[in-house]
Amino acid sequence: MKAHRKQKLILIFAGVAVLALALSFIGIAMRNQINLYYSPTDIANGLASPGQTFRAGGLVVDGSVSRDEETLFAQFTVTDGGNELVMQYIGILPDLFREGQGIVAQGSLNGDGVFVADEVFAKHDENYLPPEVAESLKASGHDAYQNYDSGDYE
Amino acid sequence: MIPELGLYAIILATILSGLAGLLPLLGWRWQYANLMGTAKPLTLVTTGFIGLAFMLLVYAFVVDDFSLAYVVIQSTTTLPVYYKVSAVWGGHEGSMVLWVLMLSGWGAAVALASRSLPQDLVSVVLAVINLVLFGFMLFILLTSNPFERVLPNIPMDGQDLNPLLQDIGLILHPPLLYMGYVGFAVAFAFAVAALITGQFDSAWARWARPWTDIAWVFLTLGIALGSWWAYYELGWGGWWFWDPVENASLMPWLVGTALMHSLAVTEKRSGFKVWTVLLAIFAFAYSLLGTFLVRSGVLTSVHAFANDPDRGMFILGLLTITVAGSLLLFALRANRFKESISFNLLSRESFLLINNVLLVVSAFIILALTLMPLVWDAMGGGSISIGAPFFNMMINPIALLLVFAVGVGQLLRWKQHKQDGFGRWLLVMLVASVVLGWGWAWWMGDALSIWLVVSAVSIVWVLLSTGREIHHRIAGKANKWQVLRRQQPSWYGMMCGHLGVIMVVLGAAFVTHFEEKIDVRLVDGDRIEFAGYDLHYKGIKHVEGPNWVSDTGVFDVYRGGELVTTLYPEKRFYTVARQMMTEAGIDDRLYRDLYVSLGEQLDSGAWTARIQVKPYVRFLWLGALVMSLGGVLAVLDRRYRRQA
Repeated sequence: MKAHRKQKLILIFAGVAVLALALSFIGIAMRNQINLYYSPTDIANGLASPGQTFRAGGLVVDGSVSRDEETLFAQFTVTDGGNELVMQYIGILPDLFREGQGIVAQGSLNGDGVFVADEVFAKHDENYLPPEVAESLKASGHDAYQNYDSGDYE
Repeated sequence: MIPELGLYAIILATILSGLAGLLPLLGWRWQYANLMGTAKPLTLVTTGFIGLAFMLLVYAFVVDDFSLAYVVIQSTTTLPVYYKVSAVWGGHEGSMVLWVLMLSGWGAAVALASRSLPQDLVSVVLAVINLVLFGFMLFILLTSNPFERVLPNIPMDGQDLNPLLQDIGLILHPPLLYMGYVGFAVAFAFAVAALITGQFDSAWARWARPWTDIAWVFLTLGIALGSWWAYYELGWGGWWFWDPVENASLMPWLVGTALMHSLAVTEKRSGFKVWTVLLAIFAFAYSLLGTFLVRSGVLTSVHAFANDPDRGMFILGLLTITVAGSLLLFALRANRFKESISFNLLSRESFLLINNVLLVVSAFIILALTLMPLVWDAMGGGSISIGAPFFNMMINPIALLLVFAVGVGQLLRWKQHKQDGFGRWLLVMLVASVVLGWGWAWWMGDALSIWLVVSAVSIVWVLLSTGREIHHRIAGKANKWQVLRRQQPSWYGMMCGHLGVIMVVLGAAFVTHFEEKIDVRLVDGDRIEFAGYDLHYKGIKHVEGPNWVSDTGVFDVYRGGELVTTLYPEKRFYTVARQMMTEAGIDDRLYRDLYVSLGEQLDSGAWTARIQVKPYVRFLWLGALVMSLGGVLAVLDRRYRRQA
């Protein structure tokens, strides 16, 4: 290998190395953007600590949804068949949010063990069950997951 | 009877594509011209049969043949006919038929447009395309037959197309995207053919380049259309979600962009040969990976089709064979290519190298972040999701670095840039763009946000560089217009492509930084003041469509006391599919969108709604259009015309 080509290669590798280092620093700084999923049972077992941002989900319990008359505040309960989790959200709920529907939300626990959601996701297909929710339902022996297909759309 | 014909056509096409993959290769091996000569006719006939199968499937949809399981899932009698046609590729089976139709179509195009290419190269290129095609034909035949019947109890009606897909954006998005994905198969086939035949010179690059450019244009348009569609059709105004399937289309785009640029070096300077071949392999590998991610449902995504492990395994197998096979070939043969290139640090080559490194690194990062939840889960770490901010923080710095490199790179000459005072000029340009960019950000209302300022500076930087490049071409010439007219289309292509890039940067930076939104609760006659607009909510009216009913909100929008527009956001209920859809009401202007979406009706009868202002969001898609125009111009260059 010619000397000047070698020099150029070293330069390229140095560049990539610096880039990789910079990106890993960014990655470490942004690690709170990587969110774990906890089922209501996980939370009941104390896996999630208050203040930590994570995802949680389950089936919305029948009759648990209550809305404030004057504001956009909503409260509802989700279940994975074993345990329940109370969620609060301010804003517009997704189209497919309704009782009995599987949902996933992102947010954190407050001091009272209530999950305060920043975002609520419900997929655009009423037969769809978020895989995380399906998994935790299965784990707790709930049979509701059998009534759902997985998503079938693009 | 008709569906059976379709199935026969698919079976025939499968056998033919297998032959078209095998015979020309044997012909090349034995140097037997007649056998090599089978490549073109076999490719064309295969394409014909796949086209026939596709038409028959379309026919089954148009006449509501609910004896086909696929039609039942995807369509309904009341669906408008154009959606019945697009419903063909709305689900897994049909979209795979579209996929192979496009692949064989690309093969046919190569067969028809390659008269001036040496026969052995064309035969091998076509053979490679047909081998890939054969794999996917088997996939359709064995796991995803669209002509499967539901007998004897034929349903009276179908279950309707997913309402999300009942839209012009979805009529066009998959075909464009697939044209792009699959188009990289041509570049891939050229690369593999080069490895097999050992024929690899500037002429090779000149043949491969237009094909790559066209595929890239389709992919660019497909991605942009997908983003635009998500923006208005999902109803909440997001334009990029870092969803795994979006990433799956972005990765081949990034590698394809790198490939376009490295092909330039291979053609003009006969350098970067090994690298170009590797990129061509990777661009297609990323396309296949995208197909795998969409089809197998291994990742949680709004795009995920039915989870079917068999299908996933099959595509994974195809992916493995294709990638491993071509990389093995690469390892065995790449050392035959002689690289005879030397260039200075300040040269077009070295900046194209920087472009390539940055693009490939970003594609790799996106791949790593996309697959991380999968790997993490497999290792027992539990289910995780990586938020969009994480992606943004990783990709934005690289993207901006790339934009700055564009500003220098497009000015440079090949090999060694000799120009007195160039360094000084760069410094002036830097100072000017920092001052102007910062001033611009300040004028827009925020001089302290680092992302906004750096983006604005990078935009001005490229604009200045473009101005200088044009000035450099015409300075001191008597007839300036004539000089500009005589420039090669590829030069305009480069300019256009780069302008498109900064338009996208502008759109992304400004909409992210200056967008505003509020969620409100509305009763008839309410007035909302928001972002300089005055919205009068006049109530809900009931509207009925062919397969839906809707509650349509009426909003008069005033600015400064004058009626600007009336928006009609809807909450639609698709009666057959039994799905609710949010149809946003959008007032679109070049410099901003006003975006109103209806939430839900509360018990009290009031409605919830979200109102958003999205400044410069149009620049995202306009930029992609301009970029694509650049790609088209590059293909129109005189030197490619001679070969056709």
